[in-house]
Amino acid sequence: MSDKTIDRVAQATPAPVARKIKGLSDRAIAWIFVSPTIFLLLAINIFPLIWTIQLSFTNYRANRLNREPENIGFRNYERILTDSDIWLNMQATAHFLFWTIFFQVLIGFTLAWLINKKFKGNDLWTTIIVLPMMLSPAVVGNFWKFLYQPQIGLFNYIVGFFTGRDPSSFEMLGQVNLAPWAIVIVDTWMWTPFVMLICLAGLRSIPDYIYEAAEVDRASKLRQFFTITIPMVLPFLMLAVLFRGIENFKMFDLVVQLTGGGPGSVTELTSINLKREAFEKWRTGYASAYAIILFVTVFGLASIYVKALNKVKER
Amino acid sequence: MSNLKLASASAIAIATASVASTAQADDLTLCWAAWDPANALVELSKEFEAQSGHTMNFEFVPWPNFADRMLNELNSGGKLCDLLIGDSQWIGGGAENGHYVKLNDFFDSEGISMDDFAPATVYAYSTWPKGTPNYYALPAMGDANGWFYRKDWFERDDIKAAYKEATGEDLREPQSQKELLQIAQFFQEREIDGKTVYGAAIFTERGSEGITMGVTSALYPWGFKYENTPGTYDMEGAVNSAEAVEALEFYKEFYETATPPGYTNSYMGESLDAFKSGQVAMAMNWFAFFPGLYADPATGGDKIDFFVNPPQNQAGSTLGGQGISVVAYSDKQDAALEYIKWFSNPDVQAKWWELGGYSAHNSVLNDPGFPDSQPFAGDFLVAMDGVQDFWQEPAYAELLLAMQKRVHDYVVADQGTAQEALDKLIEDWTEVFEDEGKL
Repeated sequence: MSDKTIDRVAQATPAPVARKIKGLSDRAIAWIFVSPTIFLLLAINIFPLIWTIQLSFTNYRANRLNREPENIGFRNYERILTDSDIWLNMQATAHFLFWTIFFQVLIGFTLAWLINKKFKGNDLWTTIIVLPMMLSPAVVGNFWKFLYQPQIGLFNYIVGFFTGRDPSSFEMLGQVNLAPWAIVIVDTWMWTPFVMLICLAGLRSIPDYIYEAAEVDRASKLRQFFTITIPMVLPFLMLAVLFRGIENFKMFDLVVQLTGGGPGSVTELTSINLKREAFEKWRTGYASAYAIILFVTVFGLASIYVKALNKVKER
Repeated sequence: MSNLKLASASAIAIATASVASTAQADDLTLCWAAWDPANALVELSKEFEAQSGHTMNFEFVPWPNFADRMLNELNSGGKLCDLLIGDSQWIGGGAENGHYVKLNDFFDSEGISMDDFAPATVYAYSTWPKGTPNYYALPAMGDANGWFYRKDWFERDDIKAAYKEATGEDLREPQSQKELLQIAQFFQEREIDGKTVYGAAIFTERGSEGITMGVTSALYPWGFKYENTPGTYDMEGAVNSAEAVEALEFYKEFYETATPPGYTNSYMGESLDAFKSGQVAMAMNWFAFFPGLYADPATGGDKIDFFVNPPQNQAGSTLGGQGISVVAYSDKQDAALEYIKWFSNPDVQAKWWELGGYSAHNSVLNDPGFPDSQPFAGDFLVAMDGVQDFWQEPAYAELLLAMQKRVHDYVVADQGTAQEALDKLIEDWTEVFEDEGKL
């Protein structure tokens, strides 16, 4: 069968093309096919990366085309790493990352576990739960801004109803101690369904016969959960954490809509700060160094994490 | 109309028509912020279209994105805008980075004199380096940060009596910053007609320029200066003077004790909403919005009145407003200059004021009837006499963002002291000027 296919392909090749490639090795032909992709990759990803690295050692500003950039060595890196404000931005990002992932995994897995049970209206509930992640982050940001409004916001009203506090006595987006949690709540509301879907895929991939065998061995439900469900869903869960971690490290739109980085700078995540440096202050060289530092951080953490993920999968 | 006048008018019309038909008709795009005066300009420009044969298109961007959008356009050498009504602080960057066409030769050849415009507006909107006769814009829209209040509440006997009892003073338009705060605190959480109202809407926005424009409205009346000696970038003792610290503390107290709940990230739109919804007794905002506020059926007319930003140690208002420039990357610079020539005409300027724009032309401002032409016209003249602007340096965006951060950290996020905020601001600004090679 394969010989016939090869023959057909050979016969279909136009004579001039056949003459040209005659004598080329399979490897050479493979290179011919992949070279456009490699060229695009180099042009779109690698070249800008190299250029960014080069710019990070200069004082170049993209809005001063008539000013010659100077090489300033590691000055940009030194400034960034010794700037206490940037470390505060890093802390805000770490807080946001940790708690959003924690809540999304906890709630997402619980929802997936519940949805995985067969019950009436199962599909309808799944559809309703995944709705938030289908919305635009800008819409979600504006929408939650109204919910958090101290005088007319539903969120404050509900909290007031259950706690007896005056709804206008606290400002989720305006108080330094509450604003970091306000953005965590919104991101969790929006992206928990994503984690739920991945967990659901993991739960549904566990064959029933494993549970049946456990039942025969008289394993309790709790034991089944910890020795079958959790280990078999773990690779999926770790994948979800990886996706959400990378996404939330570069979180921008949702938080800008909600707080603009405020009050003060308590919700100014690194991506917001980087955007201000690059496209509002136009410190291109400085912003390039900043971007490289963030890239190395994400890349390093992601590499360690992927290795751990592979180990879990091998078990 | 006499025969002579009719004949003259016909001759001018024929001449204009022939010029229009022989000259190439262009599609011009004018870029500005999306706000009330922009609508007035659209209306005004119809006359230019009829006279010149050119077609006017408009690109209006909401204020929070205006600077981002337009500065990106200029920095990338974009051809979207032929004419740009850019913020006053952009003039340094516009001139030094070659974004704006220098207009001196054009003004000379067309007989347009900067002496015909209010000196404060020429200085702020047109010149770079500051105060030198190098013009990169024609003053287009005079503006300053002012105040408006619920006149109907201020005139109510029960409220006046309550104020007298609470403060021992008469309720009136505030004559000082401290009286302004006292009145705002009096109204804070007061029940009026069964509704809880609040003192005043002030600027606290973090993302663009909001809180800086609000804070400077307190700093300037206290005597704030950017430099000890103009042009030296010598900021120690000026930016963080005892008066500046007191003014910043004042603004924080105002924010904490006299504004509506949740007022943590508010600028022009929020100020207008708070006032129009009957939530606040007073609000700060740009004079540009005053015609629309006066015309508002719910809270305008007899219910509203206006006042200049009150003095404290001295008079002082934050400058707004813009000049109109020709973008250097435009392919239609001749037609764009034609628009500027038409716009500088005193008759057009008079109509501009009539439609709701703030003309900076002396023929309009010095007209004996001007102060009474609108309820806020007299206040506008007073405000423009005491205006002060932010840095207009090419690095203005960096300077502005640093101030946004430092004052928002202190006023809204309650971090550190006023002295620390201003000291850090000097550090930030020093770093910027060092990078610029000016220190």
